[in-house]
Amino acid sequence: MTQPIRVTINGTAHQHSVEPRLLLIHYLRDVAGLTGPHVGCETSICGACTVMVDGKAVKACTMFAVQADGREVLTIEGLASNGVLHPIQEAFWNEHGLQCGYCTPGMIMAVKQLLDRNPNPDEAGIRHAIEGNLCRCTGYQHIVNAVKAAAKSMGA
Amino acid sequence: MGTTLTETKTLVGQSVRRKEDPRLITGTATYVDDIQQPGMNYAAVVRSPHAAARIKGVDTKAARELPGVVAVFTGSDVAELGPVPCGASLPGLRVPYHHLLAQDRVYFVGHPVAVVVAHDRYIARDAAERVEVDYETVAAVTDSEKALAPGAPAVHPQWPDNLAFTFEQNGGDFAQAARDADVVVRQRITSQRLIPMALEPRGVVAEWRSGDKALTIYSSSQIPHLMRTLVAQILGIAENRLRVVAPEVGGGFGSKLNVYAEEALMGFVAMKTGKPVKWIESRRENFLATTHGRGHVDYLEIAAKKDGTILGLSLKLIQDLGAYHQLLTPAVPTLSVLMMPGLYRFRNIHATILGVFTNCVPTDAYRGAGRPEATHAIERIVDCLAAELKMDPAEIRFKNFVHNDEFPYLTATGLSYDSGNYAAPLEKALDLVSYSELRNQQAEARAAGRLMGIGIATYGEICAIGPSPATPAGGWESATVKIEPSGKVTVMSGVKVHGQGEETTFSQIVADELGVDMDDIVVLHGDTTLVQYGIGTFGSRATAIGGTALYFAVQDLKAKIKKFGAMMLNSDDVSFVGGRCVCNRSGKSVSLAEVAGASHRALALPPGTDPGLVATKFWEPPNFTFPFGAHIVVTEVDRETGGIKINRYVAVDDCGRIINPMIVAGQIHGGVAQGLGQALFEQAVYDESGQLVTGELTDYAVPKATMMPWIETGHTVTPSPVNPLGVKGVGEAGTIGCSPAVVNSVVDALSPLGVRHIDMPLTPEKIWTLIQGGAA
Repeated sequence: MTQPIRVTINGTAHQHSVEPRLLLIHYLRDVAGLTGPHVGCETSICGACTVMVDGKAVKACTMFAVQADGREVLTIEGLASNGVLHPIQEAFWNEHGLQCGYCTPGMIMAVKQLLDRNPNPDEAGIRHAIEGNLCRCTGYQHIVNAVKAAAKSMGA
Repeated sequence: MGTTLTETKTLVGQSVRRKEDPRLITGTATYVDDIQQPGMNYAAVVRSPHAAARIKGVDTKAARELPGVVAVFTGSDVAELGPVPCGASLPGLRVPYHHLLAQDRVYFVGHPVAVVVAHDRYIARDAAERVEVDYETVAAVTDSEKALAPGAPAVHPQWPDNLAFTFEQNGGDFAQAARDADVVVRQRITSQRLIPMALEPRGVVAEWRSGDKALTIYSSSQIPHLMRTLVAQILGIAENRLRVVAPEVGGGFGSKLNVYAEEALMGFVAMKTGKPVKWIESRRENFLATTHGRGHVDYLEIAAKKDGTILGLSLKLIQDLGAYHQLLTPAVPTLSVLMMPGLYRFRNIHATILGVFTNCVPTDAYRGAGRPEATHAIERIVDCLAAELKMDPAEIRFKNFVHNDEFPYLTATGLSYDSGNYAAPLEKALDLVSYSELRNQQAEARAAGRLMGIGIATYGEICAIGPSPATPAGGWESATVKIEPSGKVTVMSGVKVHGQGEETTFSQIVADELGVDMDDIVVLHGDTTLVQYGIGTFGSRATAIGGTALYFAVQDLKAKIKKFGAMMLNSDDVSFVGGRCVCNRSGKSVSLAEVAGASHRALALPPGTDPGLVATKFWEPPNFTFPFGAHIVVTEVDRETGGIKINRYVAVDDCGRIINPMIVAGQIHGGVAQGLGQALFEQAVYDESGQLVTGELTDYAVPKATMMPWIETGHTVTPSPVNPLGVKGVGEAGTIGCSPAVVNSVVDALSPLGVRHIDMPLTPEKIWTLIQGGAA
């Protein structure tokens, strides 16, 4: 009992037949082969699975693949263009905004949504925007620095 | 040799951005769950919903009949295998046989009972629901002090007192110190059970190649080599036919410093089914079945003169072990008692550990492993003493620090502190917060009825664990350095990098030593087929021991490079600088790449020299290292809500020489976040029946970005004489310094209300109740 879906992922059209209960995160990882977004909790608390759906940051562990039918998904793999890192990626690298890296793909997508909406967030705004993304390694401080640096370089 | 790191421009000491990051920020790293094998099945583990029960029967028929299910295994299938290993040995230690799957009894909620194998992960979970286990529940006990009470339910029926071991550590004569003292202060201080919560849960992929009788296990692990040795024993296969790969690891914090049932179970499943199998822990399972940390109840007495001179310390430590010993469970509290002197000069110690079984998942190492608990207890009781004597908490610490001219300092617990300047970080931290001015502000705040607190904690820690005699499985570390024929450099290290950045810091060390570009160095780790052998990453040891092994391997290589250079330059006076062998007379030189090519082509060889450029070093450290520091926290407590606001957080740490300041800062920040989590938010709560009430992230409060203060960091640098790099280790420092500084601050804030001690976590409810004058 499967259902056909068409999803555009990182600019490429995909067609699959999936079980209605298949989570978007498992569709992306196991069917489409995009293992950048991770599974950290399956309860939409940790944010490791965050991707963009039609330009909004979404926790892909609490959305079904069939709900993404006809929509555009952006994962961490689609962020760099032609081998050039996105300024947020560059800023995370420069500012040591990651340690084990497991939260990073989701964290970066949450930051992308923030900077899409507010190009000049203050520290409180940054912390609020990434509140739904847990990081157990960094204590968030270097992530805050990375977001500030990304905002600066994107505004430049 | 000793001058190499001080030459003109070195990479060591610079905030070089990390080599591991490009794969992590682009989503192209490979964690265990990213591994796909042809024909791979998925496993789900059936776990006990009861904390204590007899198993009357297991019916797997309905599970096996579900389409897509490949196999179901239960306790009887693995009865001959095992046990899950306990690596710690203590006199008289009671070690229950820890089967891979429960046999006739379960001992904690989450105890593995069966494993279901299916074609996909959803079917595996469906089938796990269909396994019918007939339980007959029996009484459980989850509180370590209640477990010690007469008549408490026995976790293991053969040991009705629930006591796994007792352990004593004595130095000097505490009883005499107490008689000599003007004051003896007593306090019960707890370090609650915590859930390590690495963001990547555990996971295993196992692949059996029957033609080679070879098993490969991919596991999210801090210790792939030890896992290989131990899993081979569990399964009864030859160690050289087992390959363990720890791929990208998404955090460990001690919870992956272990060998769990699931690694061997998946090996067993792969061998039985002939197909690769993957098991990925859910977060719920991670909370139920991956080791917890801490779990201390400490009864302390401190004896002192009225001028604040500490004479001695006594400790009764009740350690909640859980139902079994995992790899290091009983060893963790022994680190606490070793650490009891802290940074202080007193010579009289009396410590007793009672290791207690409970119907909970085992405790084991969690960031700091025994040392945060010890530091929390010491730094709290010192503040209690200061309050009793009406002394300033900074002053009492200065008065009791080991003096700079006393290093190496032999403690009453038999440790030899390597080097230190214990007053320096406290002086620096006091300076950073403008301490006397801050106390004036506090006096004004108090006069205005506000609850402002200033908390100080100093800490020492045992790092670079450790010399082999102090460890159950060897405390050395290894490195191989290979210069390829092209001159590119490959390092194979026995540590397992999982966020700490040693691919970068090790490259910094090698680049300086060999005069090569960072990008020409590749650091490999975590694969037992690639890497000679190693101990792994834990106990702030990777750089201090693994980095030192690497340093010595490079020195061996440099000697060989110079021999080739001398031959090629036809000179007996050759230096190796900046990646070139230079004849000191003619000034002629050859590059490292030319030497590497010649050494592999081997048309001519220097006398007594073999072809190739490879060196391996297994380095045994002569001692631990002992980092130290001081944290100061300024808080304000809201009288109406009991909420705590942190207005300043200052951490001054001395981790010896710093290789990469940016990475060190990151380690401090992350460590503080975990210390703050313990101080304010986190607690693993079991109810009386043994259910884990904080069983999901919805109920267990891991700090979010909005819950963290800005952390101001500072350093003093006291190089360690234990290793030629002068490094001490920094992975655990932030956690160790944090929790006592925060609690001391909040107790200070509430001291006008007569509050002397509060146990963690300092929830608003607890604080509000105290403010109302009730019991916390």
